[in-house]
Amino acid sequence: MTIISGRTWTYGDNVNTDVIFPGKYTYTLTERAEIARHALEDLDPTFAAVVQPGDVIVAGRNWGCGSSREQAATCLVFNGVGAVVAASFSRIFYRNALNNGLLAIVCPAAVAAIAPQETITIDLARNEIVCKGGVFAFPPLSASVLGIVEAGGLVPYVKRKVAATS
Amino acid sequence: MSATEGHPQTFAQKALARSAGLPSVAIGQVVDARPDVVLSHDNSAAIRRIWQEFGQSRVLIPDKIAMTLDHAVPAPTTKHAQNHAEIRAFVAEQGIANFFEVGRGICHQVLSEEAVVLPGQVILGADSHTPHFGWMGAFGAGIGRSEVAVLWATGELWLRVPESMQIVLDGSLPPGVSAKDFALRVIGDLGADGGLYASVEFGGSGIAAMSLASRMVLPNMMAEFGVKNAYIAPDATTLAYISERLVRRTTRQGAPLAAEDARTLVAAGALYPDAGATYAAVHRYDAAALEPLIACPHSVDAVVPVAQVAGTRVQQAFLGTCTNGRLEDLAEAAAIVRGRRIAAGTRFLVIPASSEVLADALRLGYIADFVDAGAVIGVPGCGPCMGNHMGIPAPNEVTISSANRNFRGRMGTRDADIYLANPAVVAASAIAGKIIDPRHLDAKSVVSTSQAVDPYSVINHQ
Ligand code: SF4
Repeated sequence: MTIISGRTWTYGDNVNTDVIFPGKYTYTLTERAEIARHALEDLDPTFAAVVQPGDVIVAGRNWGCGSSREQAATCLVFNGVGAVVAASFSRIFYRNALNNGLLAIVCPAAVAAIAPQETITIDLARNEIVCKGGVFAFPPLSASVLGIVEAGGLVPYVKRKVAATS
Repeated sequence: MSATEGHPQTFAQKALARSAGLPSVAIGQVVDARPDVVLSHDNSAAIRRIWQEFGQSRVLIPDKIAMTLDHAVPAPTTKHAQNHAEIRAFVAEQGIANFFEVGRGICHQVLSEEAVVLPGQVILGADSHTPHFGWMGAFGAGIGRSEVAVLWATGELWLRVPESMQIVLDGSLPPGVSAKDFALRVIGDLGADGGLYASVEFGGSGIAAMSLASRMVLPNMMAEFGVKNAYIAPDATTLAYISERLVRRTTRQGAPLAAEDARTLVAAGALYPDAGATYAAVHRYDAAALEPLIACPHSVDAVVPVAQVAGTRVQQAFLGTCTNGRLEDLAEAAAIVRGRRIAAGTRFLVIPASSEVLADALRLGYIADFVDAGAVIGVPGCGPCMGNHMGIPAPNEVTISSANRNFRGRMGTRDADIYLANPAVVAASAIAGKIIDPRHLDAKSVVSTSQAVDPYSVINHQ
């Protein structure tokens, strides 16, 4: 999938994993639908009910700071979120996103230009974000990381390697 | 000539080079690291389910896996109990020696006490506070559950060699000011993302003067600064502590290491940055200028002097966690509550970071001090830190806590405020029923045993 197109959900700086996916659920919720239902529960209670596949989260600096919980990324994946575009990411969220096949794109200029609930397009082949405010280039992902995303995440990616060597 | 001569290396470069089996690495290089220790806790059952997708019957690295049950202990619900049971079955099936049961304590504290991690080693953990192990000069970084599953299966994971930042503390801390206040000062000044992706190396006479327990606070709190890892150079005290603990653990596990051999092994593994290594930034602090600080809701970088929010009513005070649940923290708090009563309308929860801390605190009479004052003692573990296990605040309540995180909903309730401070401020606030600088605690709030009021009757008369 090289083109992602969807509506934007815009949030501010330092959005932490406790409001993306509350810690009280981390050891007990295991079903995809259940995990999806609690996405952004303490940040934007309307999100999970309204989000559509392909929608894009647009955030300020340090999106996903806090816990290492992977559900902060998977709760978005299970809702069909197409990508997260941020001014910067917390490092564990960034890894968790890519490792689950969720595009995490660093592009502060686009973040500054994008309005809430507008429809934007992300072109992975050209490394460009197209929104009402203009066209913004973002740094390409490294080949190995792109390989992980294209495989659908780290586990399917490594599965192939493990199968090949055993 | 060694490979690093002429190219001075940071601690992070040295640790990741060793872990990747390379003579040296450049900043920004992506390496396949082979960590010495892979940490997980109550999340191990979920990790096991991911690992099973690889179709292996045995994990590749049973001896490198370390696990604790600490996040919701003892199990509060059937689901949590099933989760623990699944983990125990996995531990038995895979022969995981470094497994620590419910009640032993918080992963970072226990693995430190047990010398499961050694100076210079790389530990990757499915826990965001894994930078903790920097207190002993190890490279600790948090990773996700899928990544831990991949490590169990393959023993290796890609890591980018981070830029390093130096934070220097000169001089010694004034009385009543602790490592926690220093950490809050740094995060307050530079922001919750001030250390994003970086390796933070602490240095200076102020760090060298700190107890090991105080040093543990700093790399631990750096998780709230966005870092990949943090580092304090291991000194003679660190090496002696770890060597002694290594002897103790290996003896218990039936393969005792002689004291001399343990000392040699531990010292040989320690890593120190080269003079002239590259730092993206250097920040210097004067210890004498620091004061008791507090992080206000709902962000760890919303830091102000305690005096600025003094008088704010607190319904709950919580002393514990991997940040500030050690013996010296309990000692400081016990000295404040001794002979006093917790304020009516305020609950004080004390949760030692480990069973060892609990045992020492019992022996030294601190637990009696807390109980006499009306405090609640919890099972060693994370307690209410992340809203998974009791001590959950009601909506609109205020908690003052010695933990590391005050995000909205962190303790399980969205509309509840969390303030973060050092253990003395937490204990004094429990006594006053409101946020207070311990130096301003009224001498009158000390009650003699004869006048002592039953704390329960006070609460009932509310
Ligand atoms: S005490 Fe809190 S911060 Fe530390 S490991 Fe437990 S939940 Fe995490």
